Amino acid sequence: MFAGLDIQIPRGKITAVMGPSGTGKTTLLRLITGQVPADSGDIQVAGANMRAISRSNLYVLRRRMGMLFQNGALLTDLSVFENVAFPLREHTDLTERLIRQLVLTKLQAVGLRGAAELMPAELSGGMSRRVALARAIVMDPELLIYDEPFVGLDPISLGVILRLIRRLNDTLGITSIVVSHDVSEISKIADQVFLLSGGKVVAGGTPQELQTNPTEIVKQFIGGLADGPVPFHFPAPDYFDELLSRKEVL
Amino acid sequence: MRKSRTLNLGTGSFVLLGFAALFFLTTQTTSRGLSWFGPPHYEITAKFDNIGDLKVGAPVSMSGVEVGRVDKIEFDSNEYKAVVQLRLNERYNKIPTDSDASIYTQGLLGGKFIGITAGGADTYLKDKGQIDFTQSAFVLENLIGQVLANFTKSKADDQDSAAAAGAKANTDAKPNADTKSKEKTK
Amino acid sequence: MFKELWESFTDALEGLGSVVHFLFRLLVHSPPALLRFSLISQQIFNSGAFSLVIIMLSGLFVGMVLGLQGFQLLQRFGSEEALGTAATIGLVKELGPVVTALLFAGRAGTALASELGLMRATDQISAMEMMAVDPIQRVVVPRFLGGVISMPLLAAIFSVIGIYGAQLVGVQIMGVDSGSFWSQMRSAVGLSDITEGIVKSIAFGIACSLIAVYQGYYATPTAEGVGRATTRTVVTSAVVILFLDYLITAAFL
Repeated sequence: MFAGLDIQIPRGKITAVMGPSGTGKTTLLRLITGQVPADSGDIQVAGANMRAISRSNLYVLRRRMGMLFQNGALLTDLSVFENVAFPLREHTDLTERLIRQLVLTKLQAVGLRGAAELMPAELSGGMSRRVALARAIVMDPELLIYDEPFVGLDPISLGVILRLIRRLNDTLGITSIVVSHDVSEISKIADQVFLLSGGKVVAGGTPQELQTNPTEIVKQFIGGLADGPVPFHFPAPDYFDELLSRKEVL
Repeated sequence: MRKSRTLNLGTGSFVLLGFAALFFLTTQTTSRGLSWFGPPHYEITAKFDNIGDLKVGAPVSMSGVEVGRVDKIEFDSNEYKAVVQLRLNERYNKIPTDSDASIYTQGLLGGKFIGITAGGADTYLKDKGQIDFTQSAFVLENLIGQVLANFTKSKADDQDSAAAAGAKANTDAKPNADTKSKEKTK
Repeated sequence: MFKELWESFTDALEGLGSVVHFLFRLLVHSPPALLRFSLISQQIFNSGAFSLVIIMLSGLFVGMVLGLQGFQLLQRFGSEEALGTAATIGLVKELGPVVTALLFAGRAGTALASELGLMRATDQISAMEMMAVDPIQRVVVPRFLGGVISMPLLAAIFSVIGIYGAQLVGVQIMGVDSGSFWSQMRSAVGLSDITEGIVKSIAFGIACSLIAVYQGYYATPTAEGVGRATTRTVVTSAVVILFLDYLITAAFL
């Protein structure tokens, strides 16, 4: 679904990927994480060619990444603490005390240390996303991917997540990719923005540059205009003509 | 961690219950009893001309008490006889070597089984031994055949004697007739 | 018309191949999963222990009906004493494995399918993949093995309780001699009958668990997708169980 996509994501910065619904932002993420194989072209993550990588090497690579899913994707049969501890228990041989320390530290970073014993069903949307964030960083990854982290959050929780993304990126020195279509919010924290449309990159640059970009599609997206290169009407024959010909108009 | 303790207890109890049920089924519902391969046993062979429809697993009894089971049935192409292997319970190891084995029928139309009648010898049958005196199965068709054969034979006998009597009567009657006709024509 | 028939035939073949491929994946990942026995233990509890009540109740009632019907039937031939044999053989060889498997598909099978389907729908499976944890090994195989281990045990419990149910009706209520009930059973029932029952329940366990986890794992990640997965589990399991029942019965003859 992509044709001619050319993106370079700089290390240590927050890069936002935006675009109208259905342009394949999530697919792009899946290509980066290797969940979806590419038909042609080249994807390089931390020096590894994602198309040629073996399954075990892929798993090793994934340990250096963290991903935050749209709905948190916490394991429902484990408590908050166990969810965050999950990667540690699966991949490391650390003692119970060390695990406990690490988990609580990460929970503290997202402000939920007190909720460690709760079950995912008892959390609000914003809280479960924060727990998922704590889980994503528990292995100290080099790359963090956020898939639509702002969807459905109230302004307060939204502000919390924003602050966390920026803070984590700065303090941990990691690379962050945020997929979102929340222009105003993401512009507050992104270092670089890519706008996708029709399988291509139509614009790239800092948030300020995008605001002043003259391209039609960019203007429509940034300004939230109802009609433009992305049309308001789903393709249909001319309405006036249909009415005139007195055919049955659906 | 407490949760996993009750969990393990629950799983353990369930698995135990399941295996107890399996154990019950294999030991209490079959004749195998509590031993692993069945009660200790020894093997004896017996050769028969005709075993009828004797099946593997049929009981072997002495004086009506089950002492073993039929283990294997094979055909000896040298002697043209059926070779039946009997698995006898170790408890009954005082069967004289000159005992005889016969094939009986359970009830009127039931399955076949083997009955051993004790002989008088001083030596007893041991593992891999053989019973030399055997009596074959009673095959219903043969009996019917015999009955029919007897029946037709006796009928034929009756007919013969009737014919002979008839012939005698005829020969007695005939001179009279002749005389009569002779008289008539005279 | 033929084109559609052919297409649905090839679809079915493809589906079958997919399921067999899935089974191989599960078997390959079983040895490492066995090392983390606590996961499997939990699933045995979920599949087995929770089904215990319905299995025991059903076993009791089926056994009692068997006792009633068997007694009535045998009475016509004057062989009431053979009730023990009839009930035991009927339960151990047929009713135990088959009814248990059908109930299992309904209770535990649907639970497995909907659990996995829900995990798929809420991205939990993707999240695990992202965390470099193989979801097959950690989530699917324990559930599969849990089902396979539980089924023969459940079938055995069903049969035992059924036999006692038959005894309850036959001996206590209908007046069959208790001694004859058990002694005739003992002399007529052989180890091969029990073995046949065990083989059947193991086969059914593999089939039902496989179908349940397959439907759940590959469910469409929507609410109706999960619902469809659960109904398909029950229907497919039922057909496969009855088909396998015939195969194994014929094989043992």
